[in-house]
Formats: sequence, structure tokens, C-alpha cells
Amino acid sequence: MRLIIPLAITFTAGIIMILNYFIPHQPFRLLGDNLQDWYLIVASGAIFLGAANLMHVHFRKIRLKLKNWKYSPVTIIGFLVMFVLGLIYGVVEGKPFDYLFLNMVAPMGATMFSLLAFFVASAAFRAFRASNWRATLLLTSAFLVMLGQVPIGAMIWDKIPLAKVWLMSIPNTAGQRAVMIGAAMGVVATSLRIIFGIERSYLGGAD
Amino acid sequence: MNWEILGIWLGALVTFCLYSFLYRDNPFYKFAEHLFVGMSAGYWVIYNIENVLIPNWWQNMVPPEGGFNWVWVIPGIFALFMLARIVPKTAGLSRLALGMIIGTGAGLNMVSFFQTNAMSQVKGTIISVATGSAWDIFSSVVLVVGVVSGLVYFFFSKAHTGVVGKTANVGITILMVAFGASFGYTIMARLSLLIGRSQFLLEDWLPTIPRLLGLGG
Amino acid sequence: MAGLIEKLGNMDRRIIFVLIALSVIIPISFNLILPNPVGAEPSRDLFEYVDALPEGSNVLVSFDYDPSTMPELQPMAEAIVLHLFKRNANVVGMALWPQGASLGQDAMSHMADSLGKVQYEDWCNLGYKTGGGVMIVRLGSSISAVFPTDKDNVPWSEIPMLRNITDLQSFSLVISLSAGDPGIIAWIMMAGDRFGVPIGCGCTAVSAPQLYTYLQTGQMVGMLGGLKGAADYETLVGIEDGQAVRGMAPQSVAHLVIMLFIVIGNVAYFSQKKKGGAR
Repeated sequence: MRLIIPLAITFTAGIIMILNYFIPHQPFRLLGDNLQDWYLIVASGAIFLGAANLMHVHFRKIRLKLKNWKYSPVTIIGFLVMFVLGLIYGVVEGKPFDYLFLNMVAPMGATMFSLLAFFVASAAFRAFRASNWRATLLLTSAFLVMLGQVPIGAMIWDKIPLAKVWLMSIPNTAGQRAVMIGAAMGVVATSLRIIFGIERSYLGGAD
Repeated sequence: MNWEILGIWLGALVTFCLYSFLYRDNPFYKFAEHLFVGMSAGYWVIYNIENVLIPNWWQNMVPPEGGFNWVWVIPGIFALFMLARIVPKTAGLSRLALGMIIGTGAGLNMVSFFQTNAMSQVKGTIISVATGSAWDIFSSVVLVVGVVSGLVYFFFSKAHTGVVGKTANVGITILMVAFGASFGYTIMARLSLLIGRSQFLLEDWLPTIPRLLGLGG
Repeated sequence: MAGLIEKLGNMDRRIIFVLIALSVIIPISFNLILPNPVGAEPSRDLFEYVDALPEGSNVLVSFDYDPSTMPELQPMAEAIVLHLFKRNANVVGMALWPQGASLGQDAMSHMADSLGKVQYEDWCNLGYKTGGGVMIVRLGSSISAVFPTDKDNVPWSEIPMLRNITDLQSFSLVISLSAGDPGIIAWIMMAGDRFGVPIGCGCTAVSAPQLYTYLQTGQMVGMLGGLKGAADYETLVGIEDGQAVRGMAPQSVAHLVIMLFIVIGNVAYFSQKKKGGAR
């Protein structure tokens, strides 16, 4: 019984979206439009859930003095600073909230992911081996793309960028498309299972 | 106070803190990492309030011109159900909100993925059979053979032996080329991020030092 | 010689880190700029499509990324917005990612100031919305229902440039600057295939290979892939010392260094294998 109402909601929402696609006229259009308007609000609840959970985890770390608990106040203060400044000044350009985003959050986000440049180089050095002919093909393809994507490739031989464009447009497209069609079939099957209540794992863990 | 220079220095400071991880994990890195998580979460919440909840929910429910639209209470309650997950006793309510989110997504994805990522791709493969130069025809053949053999490789309901096995072998070869291309592009992407940060440090931050020291600029 | 190869094969990762850093820092320090020829790339297709838009066309630019991919996508955003302004297009910005709203504002206001374009008359930023693909479908029936106000809560009715915009079909082109999901694929599915709006894209290099499939089918009019795509667009628009164009020299050197590492790693591997020691 606990699952019947959520499953009924899932079924109804899924069917409305399908009917809205195939019959974009009333009453399905109105139903679809309303569902989509509501979806924005409900989906935003997930973001509040994430933030609330983050605060819960860090307050708990401080309370129980778990590993690295001394850094938890930094997360909480960072959150509160942005939250309070956002409430007071809004998100308008040039105000403190925007200033802190552009000068602190943006550099930190960009730097965090740029660290990967070092690790990808190290990983390529240690693991990228031409151990058989297919691995050699993979390596050759990667080298061709790496040269074709930068000006130095054209300086070495002006046909390299052309070869890269062909490789990307034909063999790469063929391989990617095979993966894409297979995955699309998987999405269709999974969506049907969800709509008809066969797949219920997303409802688990909330007793 | 020069807010522009202060902003550049704040950016440089957190950049150096994060790069210190390359030597080894350390308190500076941990500080910046935790700060990033907290500030990002704060940013997300504020944008959700300012750009979603106020204009799309609150102003629909309580219009500025007056009145109260009761129907908008329903999505508000569903959004609250999502938060109910935090309290173990009420966590079951979150299933109602999840049901709506997952159901809507499933209904939309079923038709959209089928149309865009299956039907249009099959159509694109069929009409790619060109009648141009010998090179165009060769390219078309590679594309069609590549897609079909790639699909055969992912078809596990039949043992990969005989003709199926040979076709699957062609498929894996094409996939290797595609994965190689992806690897090349991934290296490029990661380096681009490093270049962006290096440009910031060398072209934006470094020139502020002589300015601060009064050495011109 | 064999000893040297073995030593190179066991190189400490910090040495690799230093060499990668130097390969990027040295070309930037010496302000090395390499010519960036633009061949028959998808970036040229996007440029030519934008260039052929009639004056006064409405173009939607969706900033679907965050700072983690900013070095790749922000130069694209600036070059595309500049080109649209030069073509006198009405540029409407929005974001599927919260942080894209601020980055988009930064790119648009920066370019608008340089060309004297006026906010709410020539361009506006509608801001961020949750919902990804579901929200895009709703834009197909009414944009003002999804965006009753812009990013700064200015009501739709008070923005003059939005008067002739009702739904997605009011736009001559949608360009998504996409770092992942939700992003360009949602735009192709919902705006392109469902409502027939032409779609262009700027994406991270990581996602570019997958997106080539949509070029061959005509589901996208053009694409900028990674920093190379950004440099191509800067070159085509005429930004000679753009951030991406300047990035091509360190990118070239760093690619060569990584290729050299891979070759050294393989030489060491085969040398050890010959001796029977390779795993």
C-alpha cells in the first residue's frame, strides 16, 4: 500500500508526458503544461535537500568530532556567507554575492578541475600501452586527434587536421552512434519499466 | 580599496591553496576544498530561491496584483515532501515527490531518446550512403559498416561466433578508434583547464604585484 | 641505455607534474601565439550559420556550464555573443546550470559594453531554471510561463526586446554552451527535434566526440569543440589576441609533451617486456 500512491503518481506523470508528445492539443496540452510548471518547483526541492544534507553532515562531523571535523566550520561559514549575502543583495551583477562568485567560487571550481591535467598526463604515461594491435589503433587515433586539434599539427603536415576531421566525422561518428543507439534502447526500456511500476528501485531506502 | 585587485588576489590565493595538492594532501588544500563546497551550495540555494521559487512558485501563488491561487500549494507541498527525506520518520513522503520527478522524466525520455538518439541516428546512417567521389562512397561504407558492426558487438543475445563474431570484431575495431578520439579530446579538455588557470595567474595576478609595490603598470 | 630507459619508466609523478606545468607556463610567459588556421571544421559551419542570420533575429544562448569548464566555454561564450551583437541580433540568455547564469551575465555585459549594446533592448539574461529537458519542453509552449521575470526579477512585460517572443519558435537559432547534462542533448531533443528550432553548440572537448553524430544527421548546424573550437570562433570573428587563440600555443606544447611521455612509457614497457619483467 505504501508504494501504490507513488507508483500511481509515476504512472500518471509518465503517461501525461507521453500523451502530451503525441497529442499536443487540449486537454493533454494543458495537463502537460501544468505538470511541467509544477516539475520546476518540485525539482528545486532536491537542491534544498542537498544543501540541508550537506549542513547536516558537517554539523554531525563537528558534534562527533569525526575525521577532519576542523574543516567543517569552513564549509558551514562558506555556505552562510553566500546565503546571507544572496538574501540581502540578491544576484544582481556587481553586488557582493556576484563578486564572491566571480572571484572565489569560479577560480576554485576552475582550479579544482584543472588538477586533472596533471593526473591525466601521469595516467597516460603509466597506463597507455600499445600492447596489441587494437590498443595501438586506439593510441594512433588519440595521437592523430591530439595533433589535429592544435596548430602545431598543421605545421608538421598540413593534412593532419584534414585527417582528424575525417576520423571524427566517419569512424568516430560510427562508433559513437552504435553506443548511442544501444543506450537509447536502454533508456526506452527502463522508462517503460518505471512508468509501469516494474522498476521500483528509485523508491527504495525511504522507510 | 581596489576591489578588482583584491578579487584577483582572492582568486590567486584559493588557486594556490588547491594546487598545493599536487605536492601532497595538506591543510591549505582541505581548507579551500571545504570552502568551495560550502560557497557553491550557498550559491545554488540562493539561485533557486531568486530564480525559481520566487518567480515560478511564490508569485504564481501570491500574485503581485493580489489574490491567492490555491492550486500552487500542491507543488509547494511536493517540494517539501522532498525535504522530508532528512527526517527518518517522514522519509516515506519523499516517495511521492520522487514519483512525480521520475515519472515525468521517464515519460519525456522514452519518446525523446527514441526519436533523437535512435530513429534520427538510424535515418542519418541510411541517408549517409553518398553518391559522390570514390572517397565519399568509401566514407559512407565505413560509416554504415561501423554503425552496424558496432551494434552487433553490443548484441549479447547471440554468441559472438561465426559471422556474428567476425562482425563484432569489426565493431570493436571501430569502437577503439572512437575511444582513441575520445581520449585525445579528453587530454585536450584537461589541459585547456590548466591553461585557463595559468593564464589567470601569469596574465592577471602576476602583473598586480609590481602595481602593488608601486613599480608602475 | 637500458638503465636510463628503466629510470625514465619509473619516473616520479611529480617530475611529470613539473614538466606539464612548464609546458604550459613557458609558452604563456613568452607570449607565444601560433597561427590557428580554420579548415572545414564544424566551428566554421556555426560561424557561417550565425553570419547568415538576418539582422534583428532572435537568438537564444543557453549558458549550460559552471566554472569547472570555464576556461573552455567562457571564450566561446564571449566570441559567440560578440558575433551576435555585430550581426545586430537580439540576444536572449538563460542557463540550465545555476552558475551559468552568472558566467553568462559576465560574458554578455562585457561584450555589450564593448559595442555599446543596451540591456533589455539588445540583450537580456533570463537567468537559471531547474528542470532541464522538461523545462525546455515548456519553453516550446510559452517562454514567459517559465521566465515570468529575468535573472534580476525584472518582469517579462517590462523588457521591450521580449515583446515579439512567445515560444521557442520565435528564435532563429538556439546555441547551447554545454558542459554536460542538462545541456546540448536536451536542447537537440526538445527544441530541435520536437519544435524544429535550429540548434548550434559550444561544448567541452570531452563531450565533442559524442556530439559529432548530431552534426552528420543535421540535428545541429555547427559545433565548437573545446578550446580549439573557441580559438576557431575567435579567429573567424576577428578577435586576434583572444584567450583561446593565446591558449593554442601552450596547448600545442603540452600535447607534444604528453605524447612524448606516452612514447617513453611504451619504450620502457617494451624494453622491460623484452627482459621478461613487464607486467
